[in-house]
Amino acid sequence: MAQERKIKIIVAKPGLDGHDRGAKLLARIFAEAGMEVVYTGLRQTPEMIVETALQEDADVVGLSSLSGVHNYFFPKVVQLLKDKGLDDVLVVGGGIIPTEDVDGLIKAGVKGIFGPGTDTGEIVKFIQSNVRN
Amino acid sequence: MSTDYAEDVLQGSTRAAARLITWLKNEDDRAFPCMEKLHAHTGRAYIIGITGSPGAGKSTLTDRLTHAIRQSGLTVGIIAVDPSSPFTGGAVLGDRVRMSQLSLDPGVFIRSMATRGFLGGMAKSTADVVKVLDALGKDMVIIETVGVGQDEVDIIGIADTTCLVLVPGLGDAIQSMKSGVMEIADVFVINKADRNGADQLWTEVTGRVEQDHQIKPRSWTPAVLKTVAVQDEGVTDLWEKIQAHRKHLEESGEFIEKRRNRTRQETLRMIHNELFRIVRARLQDTGQMDRMIEEILERKRDPYGIMRDIVNTWLCIPANNKETP
Ligand SMILES: Nc1nc2c(ncn2[C@@H]2O[C@H](COP(=O)(O)OP(=O)(O)OP(=O)(O)O)[C@@H](O)[C@H]2O)c(=O)[nH]1
Ligand SMILES: [Mg+2]
Repeated sequence: MAQERKIKIIVAKPGLDGHDRGAKLLARIFAEAGMEVVYTGLRQTPEMIVETALQEDADVVGLSSLSGVHNYFFPKVVQLLKDKGLDDVLVVGGGIIPTEDVDGLIKAGVKGIFGPGTDTGEIVKFIQSNVRN
Repeated sequence: MSTDYAEDVLQGSTRAAARLITWLKNEDDRAFPCMEKLHAHTGRAYIIGITGSPGAGKSTLTDRLTHAIRQSGLTVGIIAVDPSSPFTGGAVLGDRVRMSQLSLDPGVFIRSMATRGFLGGMAKSTADVVKVLDALGKDMVIIETVGVGQDEVDIIGIADTTCLVLVPGLGDAIQSMKSGVMEIADVFVINKADRNGADQLWTEVTGRVEQDHQIKPRSWTPAVLKTVAVQDEGVTDLWEKIQAHRKHLEESGEFIEKRRNRTRQETLRMIHNELFRIVRARLQDTGQMDRMIEEILERKRDPYGIMRDIVNTWLCIPANNKETP
């Protein structure tokens, strides 16, 4: 009998800063919402994140950045996913992201951007309603 | 990617393998035609199980061991299992954190899996996922079980070599001896040997292995070795012991015997599951199930007789053809 489908999400922390409290907390929140969360740890390059998404057949990639690398990292992840044919993977981002950067990121294919104050329930809902079937 | 996932897996497509594994996990019917096709191309990979208490260092060891195996030119598939929450059904799969450097190695494929309520330290579809990695061409498949302490015994049914990771100071050895988990190990790894008590644990386990060996003579004496996974110490030794065990299995004929047993159990289990599924669906859909339950509750019938009737009906055994004991 077919099992209920579960959302599989990669939570990754690109960049060189050594804080992953936020990313870990998000991982736990997604798991509590019933998702299967692959937590990858610190200092991930876009290549590592995309290879992980490929092997894990992830539905969603959640990126968290505090160190100001989002303008390079987030679009790069989207691009690499496309290159691998993984166009239907939902990419969302969070962390400390200035409002003037948001438009550019959305244009680059990041589907949702969530600042530090965002209610986590809102992020979960966004993912649930935008994930591929 | 074409629609023939089996063919793509045989051509080495990571993406096809990844999707097929998802189908297996979800018990999606699309998986089965693929698995039928792949079967002829499986049986090559050697399967290593890594088990032990939570936090014993299984992921770190798996990472280091994989590096050692890659040095010898072989490719590796890793299945890393973590528990699902019984309350939410979700899971945080964190084993990859220790394997970061491996994610860019094209000779390595890592898949994290949640148990989804399945006991025994693994996910239900683990054996099938091994076959996909095997067909994908991986020479070695490493399964990291859930760190559940007493309950990882199922790994023995799948792995060719089972490594039990123990840590000084956790009372691990004593717990394991009591619960029979000691019996499953082909290699004992005393990890975190940089900590106090490693030598004592080594002596304890070695003594136990020798004693055990006298009581129950077996052809392979489990190896006992010390590692410091975080410093990459003792890992070459571990890889050598695994290879020695493999050589022993192959030369003694135990390897083929192990695989024969595994195939027998797996085939029986598949037949069992499918028969059960069909019969249950039929009983439920026709309403016969509910009627039976009521009759049993009202003591008009008993479950034993009903069971026999149903089995006889489904196997087309005439009612008068009683089996002779
Ligand atoms: N001191 C010391 N710490 C180690 C050693 N090996 C692993 N660790 C640490 O032990 C902790 C747990 O390691 P993991 O490899 O995640 O352990 P695990 O058995 O996979 O854990 P679970 O999958 O959660 O059961 C980490 O903080 C490691 O850095 C070692 O040889 N010595
Ligand atoms: Mg682990």
